[in-house]
Amino acid sequence: MIPGSFSYHRPASVADAVKLLSDLGEDARPLAGGHSLVPMMKLRLASPAHLIDLHGIAGLKGIRRDGNNLLIGAMTTQHDLLESQEVAGSVPILCEAALLIADPQVRYRGTIGGNVANGDPGNDMPALMMTLGATYRLEGPQGAREVAAADFYQGAYFTILEPGEILTSVSVPVPAAGHGYAYEKLKRKVGDYATAAAAVVLTMAGGKVATCTIGLTNVHETPLLAVDAAKAVIGTSLDAAALKKAASAAEAIMSPAADARGPVEYRKHVGGIMVTRALQRAATKAT
Amino acid sequence: MAKTHLTMKVNGAEVEGLVEPRTLLVHFIRENLQMTGTHIGCETTHCGACTVDIDGMSVKSCTMFAVQAQGSDITTIEGMANADGTLSALQEGFRMMHGLQCGFCTPGMIMRAHRLLKENPSPSEQEIRMGISGNICRCTGYQNIVKAIQYAAAKINGVEFREAAE
Amino acid sequence: MNDMTPTREQRTAALEGMGCKRKRVEDVRFTQGKGNYVDDVKLPGMLHGDFVRSPHPHARVKSINSEEALKVPGVLAVITAETLKTVNLAWMPTLAGDVQMVLADGKVLFQNQEVAFVVATDRYAADDGVNKVVVEYEPLPPLVDPFKSMDPDAPVLREDLAGKTTGAHGPRKHHNHIFEWKVGDKELTDAAFSKAEVAIKEMISYHRTHPSPLETCQCVCSFDKVKGELTIWGTFQAPHVIRTVVSLIAKLPEQKIHVIAPDIGGGFGNKVGAYPGYICAAVASIVTGKPVKWVEDRIENLTATSFARDYHMTTEIAATRDGKVTGLRVHVLADHGAFDACADPSKWPAGFFNIVTGSYDFPTAHLAVDGVYTNKAPGGVAYRCSFRVTEAAYCIERAMDIMAQKLNMDPAELRLKNFIKPEQFPYHSALGWEYDSGDYHTAMRKMMETTGYAALRKEQAEKREAFRRGETREIMGLGVSFFTEIVGAGPSKNCDILGIAMFDSCEIRMHPTGAGIARMGTKSQGQGHETTWAQIIATEIGIPADNIQVEEGNTDTAPYGLGTYGSRSTPVAGAAIAMAARKIKAKAQMIAAYKLEVHEDDLEWDIDGFRVKGLPERTMSMKDICWAAYNSVPPGMEPGLEAVSYYDPPNMTYPFGAYLCVMDIDVDTGVYKVRRFYALDDCGTRINPMIIEGQVHGGLTEAFAIAMGQEIRYDDDGNVVTGSFMDFFMPTAVETPHWETDFTVTPSPHHPIGAKGVGESPNVGGVPAFSNAVNDAFSFLGATHIQMPHDYWRNWKAAKDLGAVA
Repeated sequence: MIPGSFSYHRPASVADAVKLLSDLGEDARPLAGGHSLVPMMKLRLASPAHLIDLHGIAGLKGIRRDGNNLLIGAMTTQHDLLESQEVAGSVPILCEAALLIADPQVRYRGTIGGNVANGDPGNDMPALMMTLGATYRLEGPQGAREVAAADFYQGAYFTILEPGEILTSVSVPVPAAGHGYAYEKLKRKVGDYATAAAAVVLTMAGGKVATCTIGLTNVHETPLLAVDAAKAVIGTSLDAAALKKAASAAEAIMSPAADARGPVEYRKHVGGIMVTRALQRAATKAT
Repeated sequence: MAKTHLTMKVNGAEVEGLVEPRTLLVHFIRENLQMTGTHIGCETTHCGACTVDIDGMSVKSCTMFAVQAQGSDITTIEGMANADGTLSALQEGFRMMHGLQCGFCTPGMIMRAHRLLKENPSPSEQEIRMGISGNICRCTGYQNIVKAIQYAAAKINGVEFREAAE
Repeated sequence: MNDMTPTREQRTAALEGMGCKRKRVEDVRFTQGKGNYVDDVKLPGMLHGDFVRSPHPHARVKSINSEEALKVPGVLAVITAETLKTVNLAWMPTLAGDVQMVLADGKVLFQNQEVAFVVATDRYAADDGVNKVVVEYEPLPPLVDPFKSMDPDAPVLREDLAGKTTGAHGPRKHHNHIFEWKVGDKELTDAAFSKAEVAIKEMISYHRTHPSPLETCQCVCSFDKVKGELTIWGTFQAPHVIRTVVSLIAKLPEQKIHVIAPDIGGGFGNKVGAYPGYICAAVASIVTGKPVKWVEDRIENLTATSFARDYHMTTEIAATRDGKVTGLRVHVLADHGAFDACADPSKWPAGFFNIVTGSYDFPTAHLAVDGVYTNKAPGGVAYRCSFRVTEAAYCIERAMDIMAQKLNMDPAELRLKNFIKPEQFPYHSALGWEYDSGDYHTAMRKMMETTGYAALRKEQAEKREAFRRGETREIMGLGVSFFTEIVGAGPSKNCDILGIAMFDSCEIRMHPTGAGIARMGTKSQGQGHETTWAQIIATEIGIPADNIQVEEGNTDTAPYGLGTYGSRSTPVAGAAIAMAARKIKAKAQMIAAYKLEVHEDDLEWDIDGFRVKGLPERTMSMKDICWAAYNSVPPGMEPGLEAVSYYDPPNMTYPFGAYLCVMDIDVDTGVYKVRRFYALDDCGTRINPMIIEGQVHGGLTEAFAIAMGQEIRYDDDGNVVTGSFMDFFMPTAVETPHWETDFTVTPSPHHPIGAKGVGESPNVGGVPAFSNAVNDAFSFLGATHIQMPHDYWRNWKAAKDLGAVA
């Protein structure tokens, strides 16, 4: 398990990185935390001739509040998220989910940008970003653009990133004060991808759901927003019938692959349960 | 492929070497630096036997290129004993609580536990179990590893530790 | 006597002998990263070898083109079967009497089979070379399902066996059949079933899994052309056997082969056999004249080197209506993969599976095992168990639960009713074993009392009612397991490996200053032999354990032994150690008598030396005797104080234990929680309780992994889909339950120190405890037997099939 040879580049700015990626074309890959790419290279399933290491770009790391948004630099690690008082205070679901990603060592290296940008349907952050209504900043040879997380994913490992573009930051609108949240992830063990997972962000008013967004991880070739499922609970007190309706609506849009985590039917079934449980737990946290 | 000249600090000493960009950090440590305490167990970032401490982070050195460690400050298991050569609290804890058997996972476990205790000097059992969940042990069933870390935490904190290895 | 004179308790404690929780001497180096494992061995000019492997499970190899690979900088050679044929090593004999391709010879028979061996200056160049070798394959239909292996139209896997109607273990019934092994009285057993008041029959599968120690299999081979000597450092659980095998198959004189097993990062049976990597590295060293290292990666380890289990056991029990068992009938279909490379004693094609009558007094039993070939990796190693004993224990413990369910009896009660009684030992089982000692009732009752078994059953009944009323979606299972192991292979009358009797050995040399070195034919892979072997010697000869250096793993210095696996070290080598120590003590007694000017018979042993009977102040310590042995031995006696013992055990030992698993399962997700696990082990005399507990923790963790998800799985096309620690269930500290341990002590009557061996008991007893807990949880919904592994989705499927989930 030895990677093939490559040339190593460590640009100091986003502009330099973009230029390298544009000039070198398909033979070049950006390197963030490396926990997806390096194993692929060791198996020689990926053999880039050039690696553009983004660790040298100081501006890509950090978390800051910008008005009603939380701005997270692409090279911010999961560990940084967990350490951040700002994140814990304003978007705590990010901490809850980050703790369920891989293991402590991987979280020291694994980045938010890598997690959302590589299009792996097993990654946890993409569905969460869609649920939170986040936007991604993409910088490329044609300049910068902002794209909604919900518009970013096109297929497994296939996103709207153009050649030469780098995802440089994520902007997360801070949910309303008093919101409830939960990320329910069923996995076989620490380090595994989700068998199915559901993210819920909601607000309650008078004992009834006022607003609700639901995202789903690893039950489709892309992360999903379960729009109908969310609609099904708005205005309800999350009674059994509403929960059942939400779970069914969520299951209806799932199309997971059968794998060692279970057959399709099981993964959809537990996907529905994750939705139910996330809704219930989120409601208990809402004030 | 052209080789890159690397310098970094390992266990307090400046070291250097010439490596291909694709050289994995774990191979640089084991082959170039001849420090073989850092082990390779799975090569897919699951087992943690290759864990070293880099700039205050626990890192699986099988999934990082040596060139990425340019200029960094690394501690490996060889740097864990006390200055006078005696076993550090963690090393002693592993021995006293029978937290190892074949010894293959042990360096990675100790390096991970070292950072865990730096960040959380008095972890609960559950925090320890979560904290070492990136390290696989095939021999001990983890129970005595948890105790070993508790022993070390107590010793570092100057608190008496009453439990025995089971 | 003054106050400084140590008390007898202090003198005993100073020895750190048997029964002491002595801290391990190994740990001082391991905790500092100063172990010396095979990959740490670096020799000047050392080369690296790496395999080209087959992507196909079954295919004809049309051509192998190494041209491009040889152009890769650093690549020196590409070895293929054609190369190996020039030294007659394209095939090698297996321990099971079959032959195995070292490198693909015309065909590949399993995915990831070794096809070519690339030798290069470093591991990076070797890997580059592997990726440049071009192999042309013609795919053939794969045979994956063992139940279809003997279909008339099943593909022919082993063309080399064409026309061979007899194998190493008798007649072959089909071109994919390896052997049939029958034990017991068929007529009597059939009669018991025809008269049975109650009978159960179930096909109980024990899935394919893998030992997967954290350190993979690896070696460094260095051939010295001038001296004609081959030195091999390797991850060998049985270094002497490797030396003999290499000598026999490479036709090198055995004195010219030096095998060194340095520190080993776990074995669990994975490191008993001889693998193509060893042969190729040796040949590469002979060809290049340089040392060659081969280090397996994790995928290779999981997919090509030595699986375990894959036994499909159709099991029947006959009983009376009041629950007395009257007969046992088992047929096993054993999937051996592409070559029969089981690491069993040579005369035992299904290992000691005939321990399948377990802890119960079956008046009659019959067993038949059919071994078959499939397009899967070879192996069949004893993964933390004696040979096929965990399969047998799982089979009988599952079947007893099924019988209890049929009789509407509590599983513990059925077991108590059928246990072999203490007064029946030594007990002759219906399938031919002589159990040495046991007190099963005491162990079982202690388990039931300590765990509050009756209260747990009551809670379970209440939870079941609550489930029926729709108040909970959680079900509760109690998994009872009472196992009897058979370990310590073994007596020369029935155990050998390639004709070498399965004795083991110890050599002790005492030095003048009261210190010594002891060497054994065993090889620790984490069991702590350097610590415990010294404890046996300390108690036997009264020298502190700290003064005894233990050395294993170097065939030039250690006496010949058969190695460490099958929990044989304590039963066999442990006995050899005691016997060698007793030889030392006997000579010491003569020296002491001479020095104290009394007759030998006037001396008695007292902790750490001899004293004159009736004159307790006239003593000579063992330390002083050591000195005397080098300067003033009795006239006619040779100086020095050394002894060697080769111990041929008169019988196996039979450790046993009573386990209970308490498990809760959420039927909607299949997610289980092990609420409690209690393990009572009786391994006879306990040498180091700390190490025993550690072994039990580790074995239980492996049992937990196996029962709850650890599987080597092939898809219908013969692709192995569990090649990493993501998909091959390897629990972390988070998933692993908390373990409660307990013990009783029933010494082995034939072992010099009464010890029986323990390392594998928790795996053997643990797997049925977990599986019985799952099955017990579902039993009230109508389940009889749910196959392992019990991972989440399969639990959910069981609930669904039983109508508990919509």
